[in-house]
Amino acid sequence: MSDPANRVEPLLESARDGGVRFDGFRLERTDGAYVLETSETDRIEFDEATADDALSTVAEYVSNWWYWQRVVEGDGTARRAFLRWCERAPPIEAEANGEIADADGIDGSREADERSLPVPDRYEALRDGVDREWGQLRITTRFVDVDEPDGERVYDLWHADDAGTDLAELDVYDDPREAREIATYDDDGRYRPLNTAPTLPSGWAFTGCSGEELVEAVEFFYPATVANWHRERLETLDVDHWLETAERQTGIYDVIDELPREAVDWMAEACCVDSQCLRRREWEYEADDELAIDGGDGQFPCREPCSLVIAAARKWTILESEDERTYELELTTSEFNQLAELIDAVAEGRTDEIREADVYDGANRYRARYLRAKRFDDGSLEARTRGEQ
Amino acid sequence: MQALVIAAHGSHLNPDASDPTYAHADAVREAGAFDEVREAFWKEEPHFREVVRTLESEEVFVVPLFISEGYFTEQVIPRELRLEEWDPERWDSDGTDASQATLEATDVEKTVHYCGPVGTHDAMTDVIVSRAESVTDDPDVGEGVGLAVVGHGTERNENSAKAIEYHADRIRGRDRFEEVKALFMDEEPEVDDVTDYFESDDVVVVPLFVADGYHTQEDIPEDMGLTDDFREGWEIPAIVDGVRLWYAGAVGTEELMADVILERAADAGADVGDSIETGREAAESAGDDGTDPNAGAGAGD
Repeated sequence: MSDPANRVEPLLESARDGGVRFDGFRLERTDGAYVLETSETDRIEFDEATADDALSTVAEYVSNWWYWQRVVEGDGTARRAFLRWCERAPPIEAEANGEIADADGIDGSREADERSLPVPDRYEALRDGVDREWGQLRITTRFVDVDEPDGERVYDLWHADDAGTDLAELDVYDDPREAREIATYDDDGRYRPLNTAPTLPSGWAFTGCSGEELVEAVEFFYPATVANWHRERLETLDVDHWLETAERQTGIYDVIDELPREAVDWMAEACCVDSQCLRRREWEYEADDELAIDGGDGQFPCREPCSLVIAAARKWTILESEDERTYELELTTSEFNQLAELIDAVAEGRTDEIREADVYDGANRYRARYLRAKRFDDGSLEARTRGEQ
Repeated sequence: MQALVIAAHGSHLNPDASDPTYAHADAVREAGAFDEVREAFWKEEPHFREVVRTLESEEVFVVPLFISEGYFTEQVIPRELRLEEWDPERWDSDGTDASQATLEATDVEKTVHYCGPVGTHDAMTDVIVSRAESVTDDPDVGEGVGLAVVGHGTERNENSAKAIEYHADRIRGRDRFEEVKALFMDEEPEVDDVTDYFESDDVVVVPLFVADGYHTQEDIPEDMGLTDDFREGWEIPAIVDGVRLWYAGAVGTEELMADVILERAADAGADVGDSIETGREAAESAGDDGTDPNAGAGAGD
């Protein structure tokens, strides 16, 4: 960051060159004088000779202008919109209109409690750090220099579960590329093929990142989420619904558009709910045919079925092409209920939590082994198909 | 601003499949020629479908980390990138000549230079030879030594074999190795009978695959008779039918691959400055530390 004193001339130059209207701060050049106005101060006029004094009365607005217009830059980019969201700045649409926030701020967010902060409130908040959550990530935006903020922000990034953990207990990284490795395995060491699954391991932190580094790391954790969130805020998110996505496929996935309509509901319930993926599903069966399952509350949207859903859909399409049959088999009431308990335990990913000796749980390993010993013949459930001998 | 996208297969099942993609992307990042570098995948994220919108650059060079011109490079990648005007004719290739096509993606206001796959670039020939040098630990390897370039091959697409034969022909033309053959997994001549095709006592076997995985770390070693069980590993060299076989592992893990990616982008008009040379020097000095050429495993599922 430059010496604050060196920001006056570039700012005056911008004022002469079309004027500055930014984040509750206006500076224009009219009839040989500069006219300054902010959302909390009255309009004042000054000339070159008194510029330093005049601008020092609104130092926060000046350093804020410098940080966004000369450090972050990237007008209209998702990166800039995201960094502004991180510190609860008014969204870019408001910024572009040159609106001056009133005391309540400009509320352009989805949630009422996400009220944006005008510059003075934001500067106060940035001394302590402004926290945001993005999926399982927690992002803190803060001033580099807390005592005498010069406008420069840095960003800390860690797992939301580590919000109360001392930094000394975390593995601290500074290269955003390390995020790729962290995101590859879950806490049990298993591969995470879906970046937005709610299984991101904790115990790490990136500290003191630049805005660019922060966005790079976030994009390694949750690829393309920032771009699609940004498009959604601009109301330009291009959603591809199930049927058009399925019909686009070729090769071994050519068959998936034959998946029955009701099976697509079951598939979304299996794969796309918040417990399985942190993206908020915005795609439906077709634009005018919504799925029965809620899309979830995720911060960032899911704009089309992902590759995991496509691959699983192929399997379900093949399975759904089979005819249903009626089976006859002998089970006690408890054994019948135990089948449901077993399916439920696997579906909820609960099998690891069932204690070795907890034979009261139908999905306990000994209980399952007992049922297999009793009811299996030659590797599968002993049953007759009705109508066949 | 200009961006580079490395388009690779990736895997839902194997976390190592994307390792070479990340390694090459990092090498390109360090070379510094591009304002932005992204990995993109068919089976991982960011998906081909959503990668271009993550870029701020107006000019995007997409290099497929695939071996041949075929289903993925001609159909899947251009479709998923939304290159509506794409037609394989735009490459004007007979199977190994694709250079690039300049197109617009319909979801972004950017120019996309869609490049041919790394596997058919001329620079790939050097990577294969370099692989032979590193596995034998002999910078002058060639005299009295046979070289087998091994590809997947498939009866379904003749271009798959063409890419392998193309490099085998080029290496043969250099008169460096005693004999050079193109061998395949799924078509004749088959890699299973590797020793039948050579008269030399030493044969270097270089699989032209993007990543190590099932084919290069399980199938081919067992099929060639390097080992009865891939889990027990194999010797380098291993003696099969009285021939010493030097098995190199997937060529795609070679550090020089980053140069091939840069060459592809440069051919398409990217300004890469002197980063190809810089990258080569870095790769050479990194190669001196005895990096295991068989390191890394995994392939697409």
